[in-house]
Amino acid sequence: MDKQKSVQELDEVVVRFSGDSGDGMQLTGTLFADASALFGNDVSTFPDYPSEIRAPQGTIGGVSGFQVHFGSRKVNTPGDFCDVLIAMNPAALKANAKWVKRGGMIIVDADQFNEKGYQRAGYKTFDAVSELNLQDYKVIFAPITNLTKESLKDSGLDNKSIIRSKNMFALGMVYYIFDRPLNFTEKFFEKKFSKKPEVVEANKKVLRDGFNYAANIHAIASTYKVKQATTLPKGKYRNINGNTATAWGLIAAAEKASLPLFCGSYPITPATEILIELAKRKDLGVKTLQAEDEIAGICTAIGAAYAGNFAVTTTSGPGLSLKSEALGLAVMTELPLVIVDVQRGGPSTGLPTKTEQSDLMQALWGRNGEAPMVVIAASTPSNCFDYAFMAGKIAMEHMTPVLLLTDGYIANGSEPWRIPSMKDYPDIKPPIVAEGTEGYMPYARDEKRLARGWAFPGKKGIAHRVGGLEKDFLKGTVSHDPTNHQRMVDIRAEKVQRVQEFIPEQQVIGDPEGDLLVIGWGGTFGHLFDAVQEMRANGKKVSLCHFNYINPMPKNVADIFGRFKKLVVCELNMGQFANHLRMNYQQFNYLQYNKVQGLPFTVVELVEKFNQILEGK
Amino acid sequence: MEEQYMNYTPQDFKSDQEVRWCPGCGDHAILNAVQKALPEVSKQLKYNLERYVFVSGIGCSSRFPYYVNTFGFHGIHGRASAIATGVKVANPTLSVWQVTGDGDALAIGGNHFIHAVRRNIDINILLFNNQIYGLTKGQYSPTSPLGAITKTSPFGTVEHPFRPGELVIGAQGKFFARSLDVDVKLTAEIMVEAAKHDGTSVVEILQNCVIFNDGAYDNIADREHRDDRVIVLRHGEKMVFGKNRDKGLILSGLSLKVVTIGQGGFTMDDILVHDAYNPNPGVHMMLANMEYPDYPVALGVIRNVKDSTYDDNVRDQVLEVMKTAKIKSVDDLLNSGDTWEV
Ligand SMILES: Cc1ncc(C[n+]2csc(CCOP(=O)(O)OP(=O)(O)O)c2C)c(N)n1
Ligand code: SF4
Repeated sequence: MDKQKSVQELDEVVVRFSGDSGDGMQLTGTLFADASALFGNDVSTFPDYPSEIRAPQGTIGGVSGFQVHFGSRKVNTPGDFCDVLIAMNPAALKANAKWVKRGGMIIVDADQFNEKGYQRAGYKTFDAVSELNLQDYKVIFAPITNLTKESLKDSGLDNKSIIRSKNMFALGMVYYIFDRPLNFTEKFFEKKFSKKPEVVEANKKVLRDGFNYAANIHAIASTYKVKQATTLPKGKYRNINGNTATAWGLIAAAEKASLPLFCGSYPITPATEILIELAKRKDLGVKTLQAEDEIAGICTAIGAAYAGNFAVTTTSGPGLSLKSEALGLAVMTELPLVIVDVQRGGPSTGLPTKTEQSDLMQALWGRNGEAPMVVIAASTPSNCFDYAFMAGKIAMEHMTPVLLLTDGYIANGSEPWRIPSMKDYPDIKPPIVAEGTEGYMPYARDEKRLARGWAFPGKKGIAHRVGGLEKDFLKGTVSHDPTNHQRMVDIRAEKVQRVQEFIPEQQVIGDPEGDLLVIGWGGTFGHLFDAVQEMRANGKKVSLCHFNYINPMPKNVADIFGRFKKLVVCELNMGQFANHLRMNYQQFNYLQYNKVQGLPFTVVELVEKFNQILEGK
Repeated sequence: MEEQYMNYTPQDFKSDQEVRWCPGCGDHAILNAVQKALPEVSKQLKYNLERYVFVSGIGCSSRFPYYVNTFGFHGIHGRASAIATGVKVANPTLSVWQVTGDGDALAIGGNHFIHAVRRNIDINILLFNNQIYGLTKGQYSPTSPLGAITKTSPFGTVEHPFRPGELVIGAQGKFFARSLDVDVKLTAEIMVEAAKHDGTSVVEILQNCVIFNDGAYDNIADREHRDDRVIVLRHGEKMVFGKNRDKGLILSGLSLKVVTIGQGGFTMDDILVHDAYNPNPGVHMMLANMEYPDYPVALGVIRNVKDSTYDDNVRDQVLEVMKTAKIKSVDDLLNSGDTWEV
């Protein structure tokens, strides 16, 4: 073994895997993240992939990336810049070089840096290091393709399958550099290819060969050790991404309400995995209907809600647009329904695989007529579970549609999650109308929540008719009476507002007063949190107020805002939440920091902005 | 005590809401037929009144659920099939009836309509075909004949109409029937058959809109000529029609042909027997597409074929998976897969 090799101990490291979209970088990154989590690190991931399934090979447009941030302490974001970049071809290097920390390590597949590779990626020269100014970086040219071929020449696999395994060779190298155990990944191969033992063996071999190769070449002078996290609360953990957490939170709400879960949905990036996850859960009685379009998706859900299931529909921006008319129907019929919108870049089909927070106005207002709706937003991959659960609880107990916003960043991103126990979650008690209820009035309400009763078809004595036409205040029959319409508009608004009595007060992270309050909502939490922590560590009087309840907002908002000299609203759109606050709390002045690049904030840019604001620039 | 479902009368299915269709509108007769059919369905299938759910979209016909004294859902334009599908999947024991117009089902709701049929979800679709948009006051619909002059086609439409039966059978429909609004007895009889059929039953009812398309079906519905211009099909019976029951249908080459029994050497033996249960859609398609004056218009149950239904398949699959599942609760789910202790 190399005696000169040094071992550096680090608190946290960021690794970015990048390659052609056919190179299997998403899987490689996921395996590395899982191995790190299982090893005991805290982890945060950021898949960043192109929307074209197959952009021309080797071009910048086809570069797929997966960033993993892991540490021996809590990590809140996938990291702005990476310590180590793996670039499987010249295009990947060109697209990602700017994301490597100065002096960081870059491992490239030397076999791809040939004339063809350089040309496809649009280089001007055949010298990537000089052209991209990487002289100060540790760039390691490893002949990964040829070594993979060599490693598997006796495996019996065909040439295509052999070449496809080169990502595992690269992964093996990274495992060596970070001293990761291989066994988690080996177990994965055994499970995934259980019917093809030769494929299991081949993958194990190439992974080990990558590991050994990295150990043997002297180019990799040091390896890094990131100890198990000790700051995490004790308990049983698992990895989870936002879409899975959302699906599971919905199932949890159905269980607590003792009602079947029904999901009517139509596939769309990046929301599809929620439907996929729910479709797997027939074992828990979940019914999924892959509808012919989004309109059918939500309408089947409305029908299922009417018939007494806990009904949900899932989508992303363009799909939410299609659902608008039916959202109004759900508001009018006052049925419980959860609509999940996993936001992506817009407008129109926009940037399907990139993250954004620009559906907020659509969520709040995108319907004809006065159609108020409860809107809540999840803020981390794992808390998608809690907010999906809460969306279900509010929908069913208040008899109202609830729109849950997540986004591509937290939907695809993953983190270790301390597994909760369902006994710690509240029961859900919808106002189900008993069979044979005397004098049943479909639109009579309970005084506290203003929720009407939920009367399931099939039950005796409570037959009734609902629909999209304006309802009589009590009987629910069609009414064109002008004053009745006013009363109904008022009470539907009041019903949504009343939800405020049932949600927790808004928390502030940091001191309750100070020079600057950073305000955010949804999936930007991790970056805003880290940036505010950094400011505070430098002695600045900055706090964070991050919202999950968007409509209605918690009661104490004005009280919080009034204690700070300046307010800045940070969001991945052009100011939709800032305007929502301006409407609701007009007495304050709001500064804005907006970014619409299909990318999350970076902590660096946030800190710079906050400093500027404090300096009055 | 006799179960209540044995003794319903049409009166039991009348709601307290004022019926607001134009006087003379065919919808009134269809409502009568439904109120006549439901007691019979209840008796035959042992359904009580609360078991029925009427779901509609938007249009004159879609006001229907208000007028039936059971559960009802008046939806949004074109989406009744989707809403009805959700109701049925959520609770497969319900008897779900969709009421829809030609614009509602075949224009804005065309997508949902064909997919409901394709899935073979066990709902009964009553398609009121007046070949016009009634509620929005007289624009052409996807069933208006080529050249029809309407408010939005002052010089005649330039588009080809759908034939609902062709669409249904093309979408792998298993049950298609047709009736005339004025023939309440036949309509009610067909509705009972539709209710008994497991799967999507589409009943097209030729409906007169007295205001915007009056007399659209006079050429066949008119009392004087009706018997010569329509044929009422019944499974197992010969395809004969005409005032004197002397006309019939035979298969000539690959098409149907009208012959007169006793003329040209044709006898009763040559006349086709209606087999509604035949899974092969060939003859059904031809029957559904017959148009006057070349042919009599086919009424009655044209196609009635058994097949598995979407709602049954959903339920069976869930039960099957649950039987052997290791995961029985959300706690099991959360603790499944790769986990570790800190
Ligand atoms: C989204 C939407 N688009 C348009 C309308 C207007 N609209 C209401 S009913 C109707 C046509 C109804 O025709 P049909 O379904 O044939 O029913 P009929 O009134 O003839 O019974 C239209 C276009 C609407 N209510 N909603
Ligand atoms: S407009 Fe036509 S379809 Fe509508 S109620 Fe009047 S007659 Fe009937």
